[in-house]
Amino acid sequence: MNPVHIIPLFVIIPLAAAFSISLLGRFIKRFSEFLACLSCALLLAYSLYVTIFFKITGQDILVYKIGGWVPPFGISMVLDNLATFMLVTVNLISFLVAIFSVRYMQMYTDRPKFFTLFSLMVCGMNGLIITGDLFNLFVFLEIASISSYALVAFGTEAEELEASFKYAIMGSIASSFIFLGIAFLYGFTSTLNMADIARVLSLKHNLWVVPFVSVLFLMGFGLKSALVPFHAWLPDAHPSAPASISAMLSGVLIKTLGIYSLVRIFFNIFGVNKALLSILMFMGALSMVVGVILALSQWDFKRLLAYHSISQIGYIFLGLGLGTPLGIIGGLFHLFNHSVFKSLLFLNSGAVDYAAGTRDLKETGGLGKVLPITWQTSLIASMSISGIPPFNGFFSKLIIIFACIQRGFIGYAVCAIIASILTLASFLKVQKFAFWGELKDKFKNIKEVPGLMKFSMITLALICIFGWMMVVPPMNFFILDAAKVLLQGTMYSRLVLEAAAR
Amino acid sequence: MSLYLLCLVLFCIGLYGVLRKRNLVKIIIGLGIIEYSLNLFFVLLGYKFHGRAPIDAQDQIILNMVDPLPQALVLTSIVIGLGITALVISIAIRIYEKYGTFDITKIKRLRG
Repeated sequence: MNPVHIIPLFVIIPLAAAFSISLLGRFIKRFSEFLACLSCALLLAYSLYVTIFFKITGQDILVYKIGGWVPPFGISMVLDNLATFMLVTVNLISFLVAIFSVRYMQMYTDRPKFFTLFSLMVCGMNGLIITGDLFNLFVFLEIASISSYALVAFGTEAEELEASFKYAIMGSIASSFIFLGIAFLYGFTSTLNMADIARVLSLKHNLWVVPFVSVLFLMGFGLKSALVPFHAWLPDAHPSAPASISAMLSGVLIKTLGIYSLVRIFFNIFGVNKALLSILMFMGALSMVVGVILALSQWDFKRLLAYHSISQIGYIFLGLGLGTPLGIIGGLFHLFNHSVFKSLLFLNSGAVDYAAGTRDLKETGGLGKVLPITWQTSLIASMSISGIPPFNGFFSKLIIIFACIQRGFIGYAVCAIIASILTLASFLKVQKFAFWGELKDKFKNIKEVPGLMKFSMITLALICIFGWMMVVPPMNFFILDAAKVLLQGTMYSRLVLEAAAR
Repeated sequence: MSLYLLCLVLFCIGLYGVLRKRNLVKIIIGLGIIEYSLNLFFVLLGYKFHGRAPIDAQDQIILNMVDPLPQALVLTSIVIGLGITALVISIAIRIYEKYGTFDITKIKRLRG
């Protein structure tokens, strides 16, 4: 099968799954669970296939022209190494989360609606990653956002509705800013194809529009990825959703909607300059420190994890904002690692909630004795997120800190180390109050969570343990090739237009 | 030029509604006004005075045509705006059922 024809399947499969689940899910038992897991498994298989295809044939870009219209006229879908990297990350997490949700969602009613929205969210993220058209990116961003607003409110309790309302209002304002930025870019360049915009911008001289649009995009995508001045919605929205959705939101949604689209536009379309990079680095370092300090005083398990998402997003932005090869590799590697261990931690919190019925750290205690698998996997994830040596988080943080020192930013390196130590402190608190100590009487006869939930957690924990393989040969092509796409900057436009003309 | 400034005024009115009003419904209306102002701005980008539709027929010479692409995009954007508005309103109704009020100063169970 020619891989070019696989590209549209990344949108078609989850969209078709969402449609059939909403149509037939109510009538056939277990249909919705089965179809959602099947579509996620197919997506994972296809994304691994294109990664291996790129590695074997040495090709690095594929362009699918919808309806046969050559860019810049029609909508095109572009698959390059950065896109395959993001596709593997997103589809890996969504597959494991779908498996976890099969049993976890039995706590809720109306599961077909859940899996419809879940598939729509996956569709939005996959589409956003492979699209090569700026307005199409906006449409997919809205598909993913709207389904996530609905999923945050899925429990329809008072707190969940409140969080969802806040998230929806702030998210829509962010989308408005992104839309305004796209309107300005279209007015300036008269084209919407991302490669063509880069080409036109490189021909023009008076680029007054680029700094203005950069600020609009920084506001819009920064709000979607919860950088610190724009983070207010995240600690409400992420804990309120069902645990599997929190894992998706913290694990991949903020990275795809925020970081991926931001770096794609900044590095590949505008071409980065020093001012932009220093803004990214400063905001990254600020989020890193503020997020972890706010997390220290939390007693709700999931709320604590949500604040750590802000902090870890800061690491990714610091790495990417350095702009050096080492920094970008560190940033992308931390992006992958953070998806893995943050989803695992949210799934653990879901397992604690499923078994014990509470996630308040003041009430739990000693659960390690009755929930051994949950305890051990959460221990691995906690050590991973706080950067203890054999686990994957250590290596990505180390690369980012080395990259800071290499560029001479000693202050940022110290910030990263302090944030890492504070992370360790707050996760020791989680371990102590949730899993160690005396088992309370009311938790004496709870049982370990069912097998499918264990499967997801154990797989993610294994990826945490063996994550270091991604930066040593022969597996390191996965991240190096993705970093190369960002490093080549505005060369992107020439590569895409040449591949489209072929 | 004055039309663009009026777009900006409309945008600021919407932003004022979202930021300063305490009633959930008024916030949603403010959000709608923001969307309308942006849609209007996008259509204006492609508009020409005394222009005509770019319909390519035989024995017709089109001199002053309107850019049709922003109009197509704005249609999409209007539909997205409708989706968001419908969702947010339904959430607001459920909030009213739970809290018995639309006042956001009284809806604050989440903090920290």
